Amino acid sequence: MQLPTQKSVQQDEAPQKIEKMKHVVRRIKFESELDLDFGERVAEKAYGQKLLSCIQCGTCSATCPLAHYMDYTPRKIIAMTREGFKEEVLNSLTIWLCASCYSCYVQCPRQIHITDVMYALKREAIQLGFHPKRLPIPILAQEFYKRVLKDGRNTESWLLISLYLRTNPFKMLKESILGLKLFLRGRLTIGKEHVKRRDQIHAILEHKKGGQPL
Amino acid sequence: MKYLSYPGCSLRSTGRAYEESIVAVFKALEIEYEELKDWNCCGATSYVSIDETDAFALAARNLALAELQVAEGTINLIAPCSACYLVLSKTERYLEDYPDVRTNVNAKLDKAGLHYNGRVEVRHPLDVLVNDYGLEKISKRVKYPLKGLKVASYYGCQVVRPFAKFDHSHYPVTMDKLVQALGAEPVDWPLKTRCCGGSLTGTTQEAGLRLNRLLLKEAQKRGADIMLTCCPLCQHNLECYQERINRIYQEEIDIPVAYFTQLIGVALGLSEKELGMQRLFKKPSLEKFMHPKGEMAHA
Repeated sequence: MQLPTQKSVQQDEAPQKIEKMKHVVRRIKFESELDLDFGERVAEKAYGQKLLSCIQCGTCSATCPLAHYMDYTPRKIIAMTREGFKEEVLNSLTIWLCASCYSCYVQCPRQIHITDVMYALKREAIQLGFHPKRLPIPILAQEFYKRVLKDGRNTESWLLISLYLRTNPFKMLKESILGLKLFLRGRLTIGKEHVKRRDQIHAILEHKKGGQPL
Repeated sequence: MKYLSYPGCSLRSTGRAYEESIVAVFKALEIEYEELKDWNCCGATSYVSIDETDAFALAARNLALAELQVAEGTINLIAPCSACYLVLSKTERYLEDYPDVRTNVNAKLDKAGLHYNGRVEVRHPLDVLVNDYGLEKISKRVKYPLKGLKVASYYGCQVVRPFAKFDHSHYPVTMDKLVQALGAEPVDWPLKTRCCGGSLTGTTQEAGLRLNRLLLKEAQKRGADIMLTCCPLCQHNLECYQERINRIYQEEIDIPVAYFTQLIGVALGLSEKELGMQRLFKKPSLEKFMHPKGEMAHA
């Protein structure tokens, strides 16, 4: 997937600047347009009200190995969440690029569980249908969820096949050489792994036959 | 002390060599353990992105099964994959710290006739080998000290964070000490716990490959002959994408990436097959560093 870079944004803006000024666009929402409880709701789902006491020091953004690719840095996401910019936050790439390395989680001077905040935002974005439709990261999460719901275990080969089918089938061809190399070394299996007591998994996760949750 | 092992899904496919080498090394060192019966997926980082209580309950089924398998006392559950180690540790910790989580998760387990009482301690094989078994004992068992081999130990993120049970969260040294005990030389480098991108190499390659490129280049620049990992996904990312990274970024990266347990096995004199060396894309050439113990005095 091609991510927008700073350069492409600038190029995009320069020639159209004058045209754009004819139609001024308000970029910041008025308070009446915000979802003012959003921050508190997210805080509740991400272990504590500490989120609300963020001092905006930026340690999270500095330590984040993926901040270069994010549309809003983690610090901004926290600020926007707290202020109620719900749509912007749930539409952002940031929450999906978080790879759960917990670097910010352990360094935050206010002990905000930032990784848990990102997870809470991911759940909200999936539930409310906000995530970009063909972005592979949330689709991987959903396919993983389905695999495990069914068999209790994940089989990597089948997970990847279902991911590519839903996002970009051509990518499967691109990855086939790597797949073959892994297969020849016994590192990809065709048979599906599963637990014996599938009934226990289904009972715990309240799986109803025929009715997929997603 | 008796252990239960929780292999996890990755050790049954891309990380097979990790499981094989753990089995071989534990056998050689006579560390007794049993596999957790009918274990299920830990949920990794994906499950919690869909439903948190379900994610905790899924992981907690393993903890509950461990209590069924071992009737009394504290149970040391060994989870070699970083994601499994983190998820199981986190579940164990959050069940203890947050009464709401405990109530909700046990209500779900109840439906499957299970219950978790809090007797499990999740352990990483690196922690078990270094802190329970001990470096001195490992040193004594070494048959081929790996003299002169320069090793960059890569811990990845989720083994040391967020709970950092046995080492520092950003600059751990456990694996480096182990490397020394095997007679090899640890390379000091600052990226030991920087993220490899996890599943981003499969979903957002531009971001994923760059993270790996950085790690590989730095290890190579510091003169490492080999990189060691303690996670199946880190190993896969660092090893299998080297060709692609070289092509896209015009790099000349060429460094073998093995599991720390494979290197222990080599020093103990175990066979390549037992350690799953044939499954690596780049088999490290270690023969020139292997000096039988007796010869060391004369060398």
